[in-house]
Amino acid sequence: MHTLGEIVLLSLAVSLSAVLFAALIGLPLGAAIAVGRFPGRRALIVLLNALMGLPPVVVGLLVYLLLSRAGPLGELGLLFTPPAMVVAQTILVLPIIAALCRQSVEDAWVEYEEQLRSLGAHGLRAALTLVWDIRFSLVTAVLAGLGRALAEVGAVIIVGGNIDGVTRVMTTTIALETSKGDLPLALSLGFILIALVILLNAAAHLIKEAAQRRYG
Amino acid sequence: MSATHGILPLALREVRFSAGGRSIIDGISAEIAPGPATIILGANGAGKSVLMRLMHGLLQPTSGRISWHLPGEERVRRGQAMVFQRPVLLRRSALANILYALDLARVPAAERERQAMDALREVGLADVAHRPARVLSGGEQQRLALARAWALHPEVLFLDEPTANLDPGAAREIENVIKAFDASGTKIVMSTHNLGQARRLGDEVLFIHQGRLAERAPVEVFFRQPASAEAAAFIKGETPWA
Amino acid sequence: MGVTRFVFALSLCVSCSLEAQQRFITVASTTSTEQSGLFRHLLPIFESKSGIQARVVALGTGQALDMGRRGDADVVFVHAKPLEEKFVAEGSGVRRFEVMYNDFVLVGPKSDPAKVSGSKDIVAALQKIRGAQAAFASRGDKSGTHFAELELWKAAGIDIAKDKGPWYRDTGSGMGPTLNTASGMNAYALTDRGTWLSFKNRGELIISVEGDQRLFNQYGVILVNPAKHAHVKKEMGQTFIDWLISPEGQNAIAAYKIGGEQLFFPNADR
Repeated sequence: MHTLGEIVLLSLAVSLSAVLFAALIGLPLGAAIAVGRFPGRRALIVLLNALMGLPPVVVGLLVYLLLSRAGPLGELGLLFTPPAMVVAQTILVLPIIAALCRQSVEDAWVEYEEQLRSLGAHGLRAALTLVWDIRFSLVTAVLAGLGRALAEVGAVIIVGGNIDGVTRVMTTTIALETSKGDLPLALSLGFILIALVILLNAAAHLIKEAAQRRYG
Repeated sequence: MSATHGILPLALREVRFSAGGRSIIDGISAEIAPGPATIILGANGAGKSVLMRLMHGLLQPTSGRISWHLPGEERVRRGQAMVFQRPVLLRRSALANILYALDLARVPAAERERQAMDALREVGLADVAHRPARVLSGGEQQRLALARAWALHPEVLFLDEPTANLDPGAAREIENVIKAFDASGTKIVMSTHNLGQARRLGDEVLFIHQGRLAERAPVEVFFRQPASAEAAAFIKGETPWA
Repeated sequence: MGVTRFVFALSLCVSCSLEAQQRFITVASTTSTEQSGLFRHLLPIFESKSGIQARVVALGTGQALDMGRRGDADVVFVHAKPLEEKFVAEGSGVRRFEVMYNDFVLVGPKSDPAKVSGSKDIVAALQKIRGAQAAFASRGDKSGTHFAELELWKAAGIDIAKDKGPWYRDTGSGMGPTLNTASGMNAYALTDRGTWLSFKNRGELIISVEGDQRLFNQYGVILVNPAKHAHVKKEMGQTFIDWLISPEGQNAIAAYKIGGEQLFFPNADR
C-alpha cells in the first residue's frame, strides 16, 4: 500500500469513520443538552464549546497513553493501527459536532418548543425529532467535523506512527515529505487535500440546497 | 367527534403570572365550562397569549391555581390540543405530520393512517397528503395544524390568534374548520383581537384588560352593551365607526 | 445509544480481525533510517521471504528505545551503541546484534564562514565553528545523531551546554526538519549520509567534512524482552533479526543505493 490513491483512501476511511461515530454520539448529545434543563447546564455548554479547540496533538498524546501497552487499554493492541487513528479523531471531532448541533437545536427549539410540548413530545424524543427535522442544517456541523479530521496531523501521527503502507495518511505524508525536504511533493499533496475538502463541501452544499427546495 | 375525556371544567383561581419583574396576569379567577365557544378578547399586550399558555399548561402560574376536573397530567394533556398563530410543522409530508402526532398519542400503528387521512379530508387537504408540509401556503399550513388537532379528538381546542397572519380568504376557511370543531362538540377557547371573528365564532367573551378579567358576558350582550368602561373603549377603539 | 456502542465495537472488531489476518511485527527505528529509504527497499524483501510484515514506527533513538521499554514495539533498530547496551543491561532487551554502519557528514554553507570545508578532521572543524561562532543547527531530540553530535563536541573539548550561544540552534526535531532549518539559515549541521543523499531542499548546503573515523555510525538491532512484556512477538521478531544478520539480509542492505552510491555497510558478525 504505497500509492497516492491508497493514502487518500485511508485518509477518507479514517476520517469518515471518525465523523460517523462522532455524529452518532454527538448529535443526540448536543440535542439533549439543547432541550434539557438541569443544574450545571450552562457550564457544560461552555465546556463543550471550549473542547472544540482541543489541540490534536494533545488528543494524540492522551490516546497514545491510553492505548500504549503500558497503559490501561494496552491489551487491545490498537496502537499504531488505523482503529487507533479513528479513536483519536472521533474524540477530536465529537465536541465540534455536539457543540454545533446544540447551537442549531437550541435555535430551532425556540420555534418548535411550544408545539412539541403541546403534542406531548419532551426530553430526548423532542430532541431527536428536532435533530431529524433540522438535519440539513446539521450537515454544516458534520462537515466542520470532517474538515477538522481530514486536516489534522498531530493526533494521527502519534497514535498511528505514520507507518508506511499501514497508517500513513495524507497529512502525515505531507509532514514526512516536508521534513525530507521534498517540498514540491508535499505541496502537491497539500493541493490534493484542499481540493478534496472543497469537493466534499460542494457536494454537501448541493445536497442541502436540493433538500431545502424539496422539503421547505 | 370529540372524546369525552371529562377534563372540563377548568378552574382558574387567583392566577398570577409575572416575568422579568413585570406582572402580566394580575389575578384572574374564572371557570371554563363545557359547551359555549369561549373567546378571549383583548388588546395586544393585555395578556391573552400568556393566559392561553397558562391554561394549556405550557407556562406555570407564579401564584394561584389552575385545575382541571380530572387529575393526571397525561390525561389532562391528551384532552387538549393547541393551534398557534404561526403553524409549526415538521419537515415531512402533511400526512406524516399528523402521523407523528398520533404516534405521540399512542394510537396503534394500524389505525394511524386511516385517522390521519380522515382528518385531512375533514379540512379539505386530502389531495396534498403527500406534499411536504412546509411548501404549502400559509392558509393550508394552518388548516393542516387544525387537521392535526382534529385527529387527536381533544375535548378542548385552544387557538391563539389563528388567523392573524392570514389573508381574509384563508381566514374564512380556518373559521369554517373551527365552526366544524365547535359543531362536533369540542370546546373552543380562542384568543383574538378581531371583533368580527369574535362575533362570528364565539358564544361568550372573556375580556382581558391589563392582565385582569375586566368583563365576562355572552357575545351579543358584550358587544351591544359592554358593562365595563374598558370594554366599551376597546370596542370603540377597534371599530372607529361604532 | 446502545446501537452506537454496538456499531463501534463491531467495526473495531472487524478492523482488528483484519489486522490479525496479517502477520506483522512492530519495529521501533529512527527517522534518519526511515528517511534514507532503506526500509522501503529492505522490508518488501523480508516480507516476501517470511510472510511477516515489519511495521516501522520512526522516531528519535531515545524515543524508539522508550517505545521498546513500554512494550509498544517488538524490535528496536537504532544507532546509539551506549544507549543500546544500557537497554539490554537494564533488561528491556534480550541481546544486541550489530547489523550495519553508515557515516555522518558535516554539511555547511558553500560560503563556509568557519573555513572547514574539505577537512577530514571533524573535531578540529567543530572547534573552528565554535571559534567563529558560525551558525550551527542541532537536532536536540535525544536521537542517535544528536547523541553522536554531543560526543563529538566533548571530543573537541567543548562543553556545548555551557558554551552555546545564539549561533547554536537547538531545533528539537528530526533530521529532515533540522536540515531544513540549516538550509534556511545557512548553518552547519551534522547529518547521516543517508538522509543527506535523499534530502531535496539543500539550498546552499554542501558536504563540508567527511571521512573521519569518528563519524562512523553503528546500527544495532535488539528484540524487546518478552520476559518483561509477554505479548512481544518473539518468534517473528527473532526471525526479523536473524534475517537482517544473515548473508541474504546483509546483501540486501548493501544493495541499497541512492544515485549509485551505497548508503549502509553491513557488518554483522556471526
